Amino acid sequence: MNRIARAWDSDLAYSFRHSPVAVVAAFVALLIILAAALAPLIAPHDPFNPASLNLMDGFTPPMEPNAFTGNTYWLGTDNQGRDIFSAILYGARISLFVGFSAVLFAMVLGIAVGLLAAWRGGWVDSLLMRIADVQLSFPSILIALLIFGVARGVIPPAYREEMAIWVLIVAIGLSDWVQFARVVRGAAMVEKAREYVQAARVIGVHPVRIVLTHILPNVMGPVLVIATIGLALAIIAEATLSFLGVGVPPTQPSLGTLIRIGQGFLFSGEWWIILFPSIALLALALSVNLLGDWLRDALNPRLK
Amino acid sequence: MIAYVLRRIVQSVLVMLVVALVSFSLFRFVGDPVATMMGQEASQADREALRDRLGLNDPVIVQFAGYIARAASGDFGISYRLQQPVMELILSRLPATLELALISGTLAFVFGVGLGVYTALNRRGWLSGTIMTVSLVGVSLPTFLIGVLLIWVFAVELQWLPSFGRGETVDVGPWRTGLLTPSGRASIVLPAITLGLYQMTLIMRLVRAEMLEVLRTDYIKFARARGLSDRAVNFGHALKNTLVPVITITGLQLGSIIAFAIITETVFQWPGVGALFINSVQFVDIPVMAAYLMLIALIFVVINLVVDLLYYAVDPRLRLDRAAARH
Amino acid sequence: MTHPFSRTAARRVATSLMLSAAMLGAGLTAAQAETLRWARVGDALTLDPHSANEGPTSTLLHHIYETLVRRDTDGSLKPRLATEWFIHPDDPTVWVFRLREGVTFHDGAAFTAEDVVASITRVTSETSDFKGLHTAVAGAEAIDDYTVHIKMSGPSPLYVQNLTNFFVMDKGWIEANGVETPQDFKAGEEKFTVRNTNGTGPYTLVSRDPEVRTVLAANPGHWDAAPAVTEIVYTPIKEAATRVAALLSGEVDFVQDVPVQDIERLSNTAGISVTTGAENRTIFFAYDMTSDSLKSVPGDNPFKNPQVREAMALALDRDAIRQVVMRGQSVPGGQNVPPFVNGHDPALDAYSAPDYDAAKALMTEAGYADGFSVDLHCPNDRYINDEAICQAYVGMLGRIGIKANLVSQSRTIHFPAIQNGEVDFYLLGWGVPTFDSQYVFDFLVHSPADGRGGWNGSRYNNPEIDAKIESLATETDLAKRDATIAEIWQTLQQDRVFLMVHNQLLAYAAKDNVEIAVHPENQPSMTTVTFK
Repeated sequence: MNRIARAWDSDLAYSFRHSPVAVVAAFVALLIILAAALAPLIAPHDPFNPASLNLMDGFTPPMEPNAFTGNTYWLGTDNQGRDIFSAILYGARISLFVGFSAVLFAMVLGIAVGLLAAWRGGWVDSLLMRIADVQLSFPSILIALLIFGVARGVIPPAYREEMAIWVLIVAIGLSDWVQFARVVRGAAMVEKAREYVQAARVIGVHPVRIVLTHILPNVMGPVLVIATIGLALAIIAEATLSFLGVGVPPTQPSLGTLIRIGQGFLFSGEWWIILFPSIALLALALSVNLLGDWLRDALNPRLK
Repeated sequence: MIAYVLRRIVQSVLVMLVVALVSFSLFRFVGDPVATMMGQEASQADREALRDRLGLNDPVIVQFAGYIARAASGDFGISYRLQQPVMELILSRLPATLELALISGTLAFVFGVGLGVYTALNRRGWLSGTIMTVSLVGVSLPTFLIGVLLIWVFAVELQWLPSFGRGETVDVGPWRTGLLTPSGRASIVLPAITLGLYQMTLIMRLVRAEMLEVLRTDYIKFARARGLSDRAVNFGHALKNTLVPVITITGLQLGSIIAFAIITETVFQWPGVGALFINSVQFVDIPVMAAYLMLIALIFVVINLVVDLLYYAVDPRLRLDRAAARH
Repeated sequence: MTHPFSRTAARRVATSLMLSAAMLGAGLTAAQAETLRWARVGDALTLDPHSANEGPTSTLLHHIYETLVRRDTDGSLKPRLATEWFIHPDDPTVWVFRLREGVTFHDGAAFTAEDVVASITRVTSETSDFKGLHTAVAGAEAIDDYTVHIKMSGPSPLYVQNLTNFFVMDKGWIEANGVETPQDFKAGEEKFTVRNTNGTGPYTLVSRDPEVRTVLAANPGHWDAAPAVTEIVYTPIKEAATRVAALLSGEVDFVQDVPVQDIERLSNTAGISVTTGAENRTIFFAYDMTSDSLKSVPGDNPFKNPQVREAMALALDRDAIRQVVMRGQSVPGGQNVPPFVNGHDPALDAYSAPDYDAAKALMTEAGYADGFSVDLHCPNDRYINDEAICQAYVGMLGRIGIKANLVSQSRTIHFPAIQNGEVDFYLLGWGVPTFDSQYVFDFLVHSPADGRGGWNGSRYNNPEIDAKIESLATETDLAKRDATIAEIWQTLQQDRVFLMVHNQLLAYAAKDNVEIAVHPENQPSMTTVTFK
């Protein structure tokens, strides 16, 4: 049996095939991720190039020609004359990039801290877990606001636009690593006490090797679950931060920024500016959340 | 025991000092308070003079030391924005936030536990699946959007509930409550739902997972084998065992509810500490920002301390662990 | 479709009003008692009349305290506590004010010249936020009970224009409460005046919960005709969507800050009407036109080149900004001064349509055929759609090869950056409370020196113009003065010191039966409200 066939036959794949919700969610998530990744090829316009925009195209309703320019857009345009469809594709790209990067950052940091704490124990463990407590005691929104404050002071204005997205990633990632650290630490403590790990230590296998080959694979299940749900959380967190006025520059809006802009037009009749980006964000976050849900149940051996 | 408590209290104070120092070194990046404190006619010399009076030209560490010294004697300064003593401002806003947190926490707990139990007991039912999926919608949209949508539907279109504020309030001693008047109770509904939605989903999932675990344990099986009714087993034994971790985690969430209230309070013009904080950030009202961050830190430190002490009191093994770790 | 919540609230308010009216014995009947629920974006910061020179604070205080003169909705000065004012015929450095007789403070004390003298002393004290408007004052003197002389350090022909937000307090009350100076933040103590008031105004303070609700009741002892609004309930609502929702749902009667995009929807809603009017505020771009190099990116300063400035003007499509970004709620112009203001010239205010080809040709001639990069600094929480205006202009500049990186920030960062000369290119708005061009020149045009030029981020430095500006302050021959103002504007337009975008319009939305005129300084008075 080759690898693909083995994977197809695995418990996880079986559970996936038999969960219609998971299949649909995976399909939607994949579709959005693909569309976002291929945005420059699919999108009819480049909403991030201000010079290509015509202000007079602003507020064009979906599928109707603009009163001044005669241009028609599938999903209409926003207050700057940006094509909403293109803006959603490019915006999803930014939201996903922020989400994936923030989760990756949190995951790497969290796993490293968790493993170190579990392996070394003693005062290292106490210190790291105390830091985790302090981190937890600071609500994520406040952490992100503070990091933004620092970045604004430290980064010269000329680079701020390019740096904004990285600052966002660090801000969201930093508020999220504790979960990974705690889970990894807990699981690693259990593994560490197991006989095979004890044996490996006795025969002098390098600790890093033991951690990487024996302990890490055993904690990947819960980590994957946290990462999936963390991705949805990070995408929503990005949107929330944009409401508070911190986030990507308005010339390069993410999905959250589009919604924040569109929120101003909820009562004025330009419903499409808020509706379509919201649907896109909902579809993305919901499908990722559903996948995370399914994964948690599927990886829990006691729920079979 | 006393030594342990003392050590934890010292640690907590240290944590708060770190929080305060970090906040202080960040404030100068938020903006220049003098820019909003003075009208456009103020001359550069006037601005400089005010900056000097406020001590903003001093090194951060000097400002920090001065602040801590005054704070230790109970003086948290005067708000640059509203010109009132900071402690008084925060204390007058705290009841609004606490009431909102309490109501939304209760809603989240009641519905979360109820739906969690239902979905655990009927794991494969279609209704459970629907509940699980629909509940995720609430956490798949940003809070501010949910708030605005609720206002749109229930305040503007249906005109059932107020769109902003706390309604009529009544002073009960130092506590200003909105829960004793009809308009106050009507006003809290939408913000509480907005704020509680996320927690409800969280609690529901937690209860479901814990229930599923407990239902598989041997003693539940024995209980069933002994012929106890489903009802007695599910609620008398399984749920009771589920609730301990759920309550702990809900308690730990209190702080983040208060922090997330920043968004809800802004959307609904709810006069709590969160809205006060965000307005202070926009005005660079340093005394209020500092006091708010210290307050949040204090709440967390207290919650963590209480949880730790409870565990310590309940679980003797912890004492041995600590003793071993020390040697 | 009545709102059950607001109906009960209104009934309760009406009942309490009837009671208070009966107690005051003012002869009001329930039918005359009218409450106006008023919402705007922010609250007054303080009730101290000299502590915060800020729009919403002054607006609320105008209902409690009174000024010597007031600004009418057409921009003219009208008598208030002063009935007459003129420069002393024998001494051009003295302003004479004749005061209204029979005016009393809310606590019953009579209003006399001594109160004006005490208020002048207070407003010029170190911790006053209004002292910048009174720098020329040397002292004040009560000649008799109803005549005050304000002595200036030199001839100040336009000083009276600075008095529209100068609130008069009672001398006895000031002394009794030890509030000779406004709030000092260093002192660590709250001044009595932050929460307590004693003015001569048409309303008295009933209750105040900062940022929640401030209630005012008509002052039965006021000298002027009784207002139609007998009770004001003032509630700040920060979020634009929530503010509009509150009006749509009938929870408030009057919304002062209406987002431009919601005007149409609100005017089409049954029971709600919207009034718009010009605000005394211009929105403009400016650039550092004298430094040798840029601060945001390495390289020579292209703004030094007049051809670049001309090209940038040709690239600005003011009508598109008006049409789309402002939803028609602006008056585009070419001269950076509102039409109300002395020195405004319709000929200079005319602007040309955008011409991208001509602009590109100019850029090529100037040696910037490939364009250049620069940061455009913009506030995002100060003016109507400020960030969107900048964003739109970034696109227009892109069409002539100028790559502007938009840096949009809170005003608390934006304003100091301009004052400290840290930005190359920025958007700013400017109101002219004195209704005279000198105010624009003093702050935006004069080279930074001697308390002038504090907002001159263009770094414009023209000694000849500086001298002319300085002459305005003391020139008593008004015709000659106006001629100098016109000369200065000619030069500023030639040098393209400002890139004017438009004058803002204000929009007030209220229930259909409420009639209220737009005030050019966005300081509406509820005494002018009438009910249909």
